[in-house]
Amino acid sequence: MTGHSTDEETPQRSNIVSRPLVATSILIGGLGFLFLTMCLSILYGAADIQFRTIWESLYSYDPSSTAHQIIRNLRIPRAIVAALIGAALAMSGSIMQGMTRNPLASPSIMGVTAGATFMMAIALALFPHSSNLMLMLWGFVGAGLGTGIVFVVGSISKTGLTPVKLALAGTAVTAILSSLSTAISIHFDIAKDVSFWYAGGVSSVQWIHVQLLAPVALIGFVIAIIVAGSITVLNLGDDVARGLGQQTLLVKIISTLVVLLLTGAAVSISGTIGFIGLVIPHITRFLVGVNYRWIIPCSAILGGILLVVADTISRMINPPFETPVGTVTAIIGVPFFLYLARREGRGL
Amino acid sequence: MKRRTKTWIVAITLILAIIVTLLISLNMGVIRITPSQVFQTLLGNGSEQNALVLFQFRLPRMVIALLIGAGMAVSGAILQSVTHNELADPGIIGINAGAGFFVVLYIYYFQDSIVQLGGTLSVYILPLFALGGSLVAAILIYVISWKNGVNPIRLILVGIGINSMFAALIIIFQLKMDPDDFTRATVWLTGDISGTDWSYVLALLPWILLFVPFAFYKAKSLDTLHLGDDVAKGLGTRVEGERSLLLFIAVALAGACVAVGGGIAFIGLVIPHLARKLVGATHQTILPISALMGALLLVLADTIGRNLLAPSEIPVGIVVSVIGGGYFIYLLMKS
Repeated sequence: MTGHSTDEETPQRSNIVSRPLVATSILIGGLGFLFLTMCLSILYGAADIQFRTIWESLYSYDPSSTAHQIIRNLRIPRAIVAALIGAALAMSGSIMQGMTRNPLASPSIMGVTAGATFMMAIALALFPHSSNLMLMLWGFVGAGLGTGIVFVVGSISKTGLTPVKLALAGTAVTAILSSLSTAISIHFDIAKDVSFWYAGGVSSVQWIHVQLLAPVALIGFVIAIIVAGSITVLNLGDDVARGLGQQTLLVKIISTLVVLLLTGAAVSISGTIGFIGLVIPHITRFLVGVNYRWIIPCSAILGGILLVVADTISRMINPPFETPVGTVTAIIGVPFFLYLARREGRGL
Repeated sequence: MKRRTKTWIVAITLILAIIVTLLISLNMGVIRITPSQVFQTLLGNGSEQNALVLFQFRLPRMVIALLIGAGMAVSGAILQSVTHNELADPGIIGINAGAGFFVVLYIYYFQDSIVQLGGTLSVYILPLFALGGSLVAAILIYVISWKNGVNPIRLILVGIGINSMFAALIIIFQLKMDPDDFTRATVWLTGDISGTDWSYVLALLPWILLFVPFAFYKAKSLDTLHLGDDVAKGLGTRVEGERSLLLFIAVALAGACVAVGGGIAFIGLVIPHLARKLVGATHQTILPISALMGALLLVLADTIGRNLLAPSEIPVGIVVSVIGGGYFIYLLMKS
């Protein structure tokens, strides 16, 4: 491959500042804004529902009212799951980018989502009556498989996992795994079930998904906060981190496990939602600086907001049909990816 | 002269391999026809059923596979040399997806009006739309990655981004279609040549006959461009002019092939590599050998796809992705 490697370059000096004040206001104001977007998400949809009805459905639930049922059984779990998944994907992206010092590292590019979809196809083909929990476990295994292949490709090659090589390896792994998923789905006649995950969306989410996702997200979130400081050190480079007495391998293993936990759970419920894990960490770093103790929680909140908003938009593009939310996040995310690609020339 | 002999040996071996694969492939399928029956049928002495299966279903499909394989491989070989990047491929950098998006737009907006004009006409208009889409994608990639010249790394990254964008647009429009058009578009996008008849061959043939020989004719320019812009300028080449002409040939070939065969990726990436390994450096040999190898790979992949999980067929695009993607990952690990 031609071109120079940008992997060894140190992060730009001018960026090494931390802005706790901005971060704190994102944490507080962002949470409020997230709540607001969730309310809007609950309010807007195919069925016309008044704000007062939401309140009533919570405090004086009337099981015979369709509006109340829609709100309680469809829209509220949907808004919660969207927020959790957006947060999980954004956190995973932050951890991956910080750990690998690779600006393009993110769940969808590293083959995590493609791997999870592939395993899901196998599970649906061989064990069609799997429970939601079993499917989630398959999702973890697949996420691990996809990431594993991309990492192996990157670490075996001599120049290491440069941004370009990562993007190419991710593209190739995604192409192979999704081709295999398609072949499986054609042969076992489960194309419709598999395409649900492939398109990416939270439209048929129920409370059971909230119950499955929330504990996993919480565990992942707590571990992510615990290792956040180590990731900041790791982001200075392996040698520096080791020089500062850090057990880099241990931190990397824990971080990778957290990423698999968060994305595996997210993908098993919502399918391939791209670009959140790529875009949000960059925006967050731009806003709050280089300390991952701030970056990780802030990106979780911003990721939650982005997915809730994207999900609301996806319902408004072509009502009453739903546009897969993955396409909305792609259209928001691609211009940003192109911006990063153009920056590549001066070294990321 | 030794290299020349080697090239001829490789070329003849490839042609023989193609003929053998064709015979095996003609023979295999739900209705089995033995090689001798194939010969008899080709000579006009076969049973009516055999003639129908061979001439209406299997032969046009194989000819299309040969044409698309050759076209995609030549397109990839040109792209790789022009961009100085051995990992360039019309599928990876979004040229296929651009063509795909325009075809989806065409099915969405014009399908009905064209059918009223006469059904077969759409077979000939489709390649034009696909070509338009691949040109738009190519121009977008070129313009966005331009910053004091086009750096190959930037080009690939921008291409991957453009690819995702078109993929998202495709899904949005596909979901607005009625179920029939949706299925048509889906089958088409996976890279499938199962519904081929002779009208598709006639639609694609002019493009291949025009642009593949034209590429062979331009082999010398590719050699000089491959040396790098400065050297090429020193040798008196109009670098930008030649580059855009060659890019146009590559994009036109990819666009026409995608229009007929759908989103078949990785041929343009893998084949030129193998060709370069086998017959080495000059494009006068790389291009024709790529064309033969591409044709062989696609006929093989289609035969596998038709028979591996019979009676259900795997679209050829899937088989190529798995074979080609695997080889691509191997290349990445070695680079």
